[in-house]
Amino acid sequence: MKKLMASLSLSVCTLALSYLPTSAQTVSTTPVKIGVLNDQSGVYADYGGKWSVEAARMAVEDFGGEVLGKKIEIVFADHQNKADIGSNIARQWYDVDGVDMITELTNSGVALAVHDISKQKKKIDMVVGGASSRLTGDACHSTGFHWTYDTRALGVGTGGALTKAGGTSWYFLTADYAFGYALEKDTSAIVTSNGGKVLGAVKHPLNSADFSSFLLQAQASKAKVIGLANAGLDTTNAIKQAAEFGIVAGGQKLAGLLFTLSEAHGLGLQAAQGVVATEGYYSDVNADTRAFADRFFKRTNRMPNMVQAGTYSSVLAYLKAVKAVGSKDADAVAAKIRSEPVNDLTVKGGKVLANGRMVHDMYLLEVKKPSESKGAWDYYKLLATIPGEEAFFKLEESGCNLK
Amino acid sequence: MFEALGISPYQLYGQLVLGLINGSFYALLSLGLAVIFGLLNVINFAHGALYMLGAFGAYFALTLFGINYWGALILVPIGMALIGVFIERTMLKRLYQLDHLYGLLLTFGLALILEGAFRHYYGSSGMPYAAPKELQGPLNLGFMVLPLYRAWVIIVSLVLCFSTWFLIERTRLGAVLRASTENPILAQAFGINVPLLLTLTYAGGVALAGIAGVLAAPIYQVNPAMGSNLIIVIFAVVVVGGMGSILGAIVTGYALGILEGLTKVFYPPASAIVIFAVMAIVLLVRPAGLFGRGE
Repeated sequence: MKKLMASLSLSVCTLALSYLPTSAQTVSTTPVKIGVLNDQSGVYADYGGKWSVEAARMAVEDFGGEVLGKKIEIVFADHQNKADIGSNIARQWYDVDGVDMITELTNSGVALAVHDISKQKKKIDMVVGGASSRLTGDACHSTGFHWTYDTRALGVGTGGALTKAGGTSWYFLTADYAFGYALEKDTSAIVTSNGGKVLGAVKHPLNSADFSSFLLQAQASKAKVIGLANAGLDTTNAIKQAAEFGIVAGGQKLAGLLFTLSEAHGLGLQAAQGVVATEGYYSDVNADTRAFADRFFKRTNRMPNMVQAGTYSSVLAYLKAVKAVGSKDADAVAAKIRSEPVNDLTVKGGKVLANGRMVHDMYLLEVKKPSESKGAWDYYKLLATIPGEEAFFKLEESGCNLK
Repeated sequence: MFEALGISPYQLYGQLVLGLINGSFYALLSLGLAVIFGLLNVINFAHGALYMLGAFGAYFALTLFGINYWGALILVPIGMALIGVFIERTMLKRLYQLDHLYGLLLTFGLALILEGAFRHYYGSSGMPYAAPKELQGPLNLGFMVLPLYRAWVIIVSLVLCFSTWFLIERTRLGAVLRASTENPILAQAFGINVPLLLTLTYAGGVALAGIAGVLAAPIYQVNPAMGSNLIIVIFAVVVVGGMGSILGAIVTGYALGILEGLTKVFYPPASAIVIFAVMAIVLLVRPAGLFGRGE
């Protein structure tokens, strides 16, 4: 028995070892280095994952592959949704490997940690996948940016639309970490300001396979809308199981507060139909967005969601600013990013506020019924375009003290 | 009395039933693990990955061969048993004479390879798989809405657990199996083909994981991480029940499933760790587990 227990303890250690950071792939001679840091193996691996790395590479290619006369290099690493691992990689990148800018940063917990490191080290970080509006609120800093979307914009989009459509009472299923709290808080504010009521919330651990207990509590609350303040595999599992318990059939509506094309694809139309979602990018808006989606599809065999498109946009914005300034000096480049409008294949007429928030139009989308879909990856219909000024906090509302 | 805690008795019954469903999966998986450990002395870390493989098996059967759920429920376990035979004959067999650790490392490596390969080809958000038509729709029990499919899971799991227990503890085949574990040399002297029995046992354990995978496919998203999410909990169940104790694995599986379900009502954030807290306490008080005999 002793030997067995020794084996078991060792197995626990082995498991722990397997969670150590996989070393980032780096070469340290090139001058402009961009790090893509996100979850590449866990619940959010399809939400951003290696596909975001591919999007960053597309941006570098579109830029010409060089800036300031030197090659641009993309490095990437898996933070495994752990703030300590993410922080270690960020420090290593900034201090040893000469990484100039870190982007993507899915998972608000990790994003907030890296955001703080960037602030201390005076480096640029551009969060795309992380959602918490705190990144440009009380946690803002002069060289930090938040691209594509945040919890406020999701609340305004999905929360506002459903409340106005008669969903006046809400119950939340909230992922138990920084992101879930922020999403619940921002959405609740929108729901109440539109005359709705929040009846309650239940917090579930990140990466829960079984949602039935939580769903049952939500069902018992009799709320008209069940808001899923979670993401990735948690959202897909919750939606799939909600159908089992007859929640939608019983008249309650499900709001996937952070729901992207990747989750729609994973669920399939049969289970996902009718889900209302807000994204910062949608492939079928204009010729440019379609062109981007087509090229992305050719490389990866899947269509991009807003996180992948946003990574492309953030990398391009950074490179343009470096070129315009003529150096990698973080303060100068950050000032340039703030002063320039954002226009690329995925974003039109975006502008960057002093707190680092990139403000642009958001899209309110609904997942099609199987009968409406014209083929693979045809999942969405566009319900409305939400102007950026409505979707995001104004600078003075954000809680950031940068002017 | 539950009203005092802000919880209606109806809600409580609902959660008890849900706990029973989760417990069904815990019991099925820890049962396979316990059988393999009890008879082969191998800590089968690949169990979670094999469960995942079972779920993907159901998905492949449907999408590639057009075999429906019922077909998959029969064919996938058979296919999984063959995979089990392959793993045992080509790899595990060579490790019986060595320390537990080697079997554990081998199966852990297998699990990593399987999960990595599936993640590479199928991504992490998983594949959709619908419940069979006959079992779709909710069943109104008065105090809760129970999806018909989940009721089915409870029944299948109870039947399988009981049959496995009966087979090993109450039949001649089981007696032979146990004798072979207790003293393989003596058993062989009586003309029993011990190596064959060990192969069949491993294949049986793997088939159980396969069935659990097929049962899980309509409930959870079929995804590469579904096994690794579960395997640590399953190990905790086996440790609490007593390594190698079959009855222990079954009873503890259901009991911990229910306990977890209750935690989700009273204090949801703790639901992820309650099983490990119980494990720590049991190890302190009864190091051999609740049903373990010790040495």
